[in-house]
Amino acid sequence: MTLIYAALTGLVFGLGIVLSGMADPNKVINFFDLFGTWDPSLAFVMGGGLITALIGYRLAFRRSEPMIAGQFPTDIPAQIDGKLVGGSALFGIGWGIAGFCPGGALPALGTLNLYPVAFVLALGGGMGLVRLIRWRGGVLRRFAT
Amino acid sequence: METEFTPYLSLIGGVLIGLSAVMLMIGLGRIAGATGILSGILFPASFKDFSWRLAMVIGMMAAVPLLAFTVQVQPNVVADFSLTRVVIGGLIVGVGVTLGGGCTSGHGICGLARFSRRSLVAVISFMAAAFITVFLIRHVIGL
Repeated sequence: MTLIYAALTGLVFGLGIVLSGMADPNKVINFFDLFGTWDPSLAFVMGGGLITALIGYRLAFRRSEPMIAGQFPTDIPAQIDGKLVGGSALFGIGWGIAGFCPGGALPALGTLNLYPVAFVLALGGGMGLVRLIRWRGGVLRRFAT
Repeated sequence: METEFTPYLSLIGGVLIGLSAVMLMIGLGRIAGATGILSGILFPASFKDFSWRLAMVIGMMAAVPLLAFTVQVQPNVVADFSLTRVVIGGLIVGVGVTLGGGCTSGHGICGLARFSRRSLVAVISFMAAAFITVFLIRHVIGL
């Protein structure tokens, strides 16, 4: 049941991404190109998504627990630090270079086109790189002490 | 290359993205962030963690054939620049979202909908960086 529900949720997300234009790297980059071929469409995506989630989350949190499985999250990080600001800035730089964000590229994998496939592979590589450096840092610290 | 301004389709798409975030929270108590979903598949902590995320990504990908067969809509996913540039950007995004703890969906939709100050700071940071990056690439470097 959990898996079928998760797949259905993914389908709704994917439909939203494809219809909204978030899977199109040219459209995404045009949103950021205020002084060129500006396409404000993505503001409507963010607006529609945020308003829906704002209302929907209020309704969801009236419940004591989720309808199918699990618990509502209680341990969501709240700290604001250099890692958050710097990491997010790096994300924005990469987004402006590639035109894909993770949520835009995952449904686009369904086209089997090389562009989203290459992006997601590189994305996974970048995620792995941070974990590798953290892991090596941990090993080195253990040797040092 | 110019792209067509699509306010209605984008608004409908945005509402569906928001709806999916609400569905995942009300059903499974999970945050619909693409960063967390992908990293949970690539670097799983447990099988239970892995399986629902994989099911979700399969559902996401299924949207493409569904739209193609029902309403004959096929998205453009090819950039008007090189694959190399996409790979470089992808690597930077991978490092950035891991350090920043989320991306457009996790911080931008789910985080802001919870009035998280942390997510607001992240969104301001990545949006500003993307505007500056595209300005530099298109109007200073001239690519």
